Amino acid sequence: MTDIDTLPDFNRKKPFDGKKFAGRVVVYTILIVVGLFAVMPLAVILLNSLRFNADILRESFIGWPSRITFENWDVAWGSACINASCTGVKPYFVASMLMVVPATIISTAVGLINGFALTKWKMPFASVVFVCITIGVFLPPQVVLLPWAIALSWLGLSKSLAGLVLVHVIQGTCFTTLFCRNYLINLPNDLIKAARIDGAGFFRTFWKIVVPLSPPIIIVTIIWQFTFIWNEFLFAVTFSSSDFRPITAALMSLNADDTGVSEYGFGSAAVLIAAIPPLVIYFFGGRYFVRGLTQGAVK
Amino acid sequence: MQSSEYMPEFKSRPKSRSARIAQLVPTAVLLPTMIATGIYIFVFVGWNIYLSLSNSTLLPMYDFAGFDAYTRLWRNPRWTTGVRNLAVFGTLYIILSVFVGVLLAILMDQRVKGENFLRSIFLYPIAISFVVTGTTWQWILNPSTGLEKFFHDLGWTSFEFSLITNRETALYAVVLAAVWHASGFVMVMVLAALRGVDHDVVKAGKIDGAGMFKIYRRIILPSIWPVMISVLIILLQFAIKTFDLVLALTHGGPGISTTFPAIFVYDRLFAAGELAQGAAAAVWLMIGLFVVLLPVITLGWVVRRQKKGSGHD
Repeated sequence: MTDIDTLPDFNRKKPFDGKKFAGRVVVYTILIVVGLFAVMPLAVILLNSLRFNADILRESFIGWPSRITFENWDVAWGSACINASCTGVKPYFVASMLMVVPATIISTAVGLINGFALTKWKMPFASVVFVCITIGVFLPPQVVLLPWAIALSWLGLSKSLAGLVLVHVIQGTCFTTLFCRNYLINLPNDLIKAARIDGAGFFRTFWKIVVPLSPPIIIVTIIWQFTFIWNEFLFAVTFSSSDFRPITAALMSLNADDTGVSEYGFGSAAVLIAAIPPLVIYFFGGRYFVRGLTQGAVK
Repeated sequence: MQSSEYMPEFKSRPKSRSARIAQLVPTAVLLPTMIATGIYIFVFVGWNIYLSLSNSTLLPMYDFAGFDAYTRLWRNPRWTTGVRNLAVFGTLYIILSVFVGVLLAILMDQRVKGENFLRSIFLYPIAISFVVTGTTWQWILNPSTGLEKFFHDLGWTSFEFSLITNRETALYAVVLAAVWHASGFVMVMVLAALRGVDHDVVKAGKIDGAGMFKIYRRIILPSIWPVMISVLIILLQFAIKTFDLVLALTHGGPGISTTFPAIFVYDRLFAAGELAQGAAAAVWLMIGLFVVLLPVITLGWVVRRQKKGSGHD
């Protein structure tokens, strides 16, 4: 829009300045009001995680801490009672990590190599595979819930870490293959051809040519898989038990606690702990997060 | 395909054993995915459909019972209420998220200061899980702890805000939280599309004396249609799969006033011991998703083709 300088008439009309100023005020007012609305929930639970529960109950859930405590974080992490077991969210946080990390790595690696095979090699059913993974992306998880539950118990994996990783890898591979396919299809074919003429086989070409050119899509895919699987609830609650429960499923029981005693202080801290990994990824990898949103989805 | 006809000697040249094996490698690499995906989307879905036609209750049975589960399903008020809620929620959620998102994107496109900072603030909710979103909003909207108490303590004692505890309005609490979650995402998508708009056309419009409103309506909005369709596809999916947000926010209540089809499926399968009915509801969920997605995807395809066509001119 800077090119407007070449049309000085538009900028020099003095009478418009008042109107322009009013326009700016409106723009910033709306942005700030909506911004405050967006920040409010996070700010409220952040403040509450630093307040004494007695203060929260007496004053209100929304409020400035009159005195500050860090005990909530301690309790939430290590000793809060969730569903009658007083372990804090630590085991659930660990369970989520143990599930998310392998599921993310495996599905991303498989997705990348699939994308390479689908786009750079003459595959007899490439378009069929493409249609299938697209359906896999859109399929509502509810419709495979019951078959998964039966199949996992046949495999002896029901309500276990391995079972959940398997479910997420298979569902996630549809997403990652689609992401990587859409990226790799724009990679110049000449590079692959040159490598093949030099005698490089499938894996060598993949390792030496494709992987070094793919960090953008690898980062985007990892960010999305990590965030998605970490935040996922339906599979997490269906295929877990008290021995192994991801944090989203555990938080729901914290919320659905019908004991009548409301522990908002450590509850807020627990909720924040569950939100921290995706938020950290979002604030440090924000650029890639946005790129994944705008590119991955548009294609 | 044609080139192979012109050069048959390349195709038919006898290949060494290793070369033929090398050609099998990509197929072998794809094979596990093909098998797994095939099982996932054909065997599992088929299996679920079969179970929905069976007489399964607590345990899966494989005796054919016809469409019994389906007819019982539509007589169940929990299901019909859920479907009605989904229709109301989905419409409001999509319209409001798109409205707020597009408005924010247009404002952000006015060369505002601190754009990156503002964008982070608007977008962060999408990184947060529905469980956390629902839990937090439940605390905030709950009259005895949240906003209502806050304003009472400030001295405004007549303030009433029982959105979430009132049967009639609890669904709008779900809409509120869902719009909070999604509008930043819409904004980022639309903003990226706005940045891709051809500025020469905009300038030409300005020279012709078109106002900003007219420029947005006539030049910019039509050229961001493909992105709007992607946004629509993603929001429709979110809407139909709505489950954890409602569980955390209202638990389907008060009563069954905010129950949703996805909650019904889970409840039938794992709490009520009505496997066939749960499976039937899941089938409807799938049909519903594809029925609403297909026109949108087709529209997207048409729009993209038209855009390509006009690009050549």
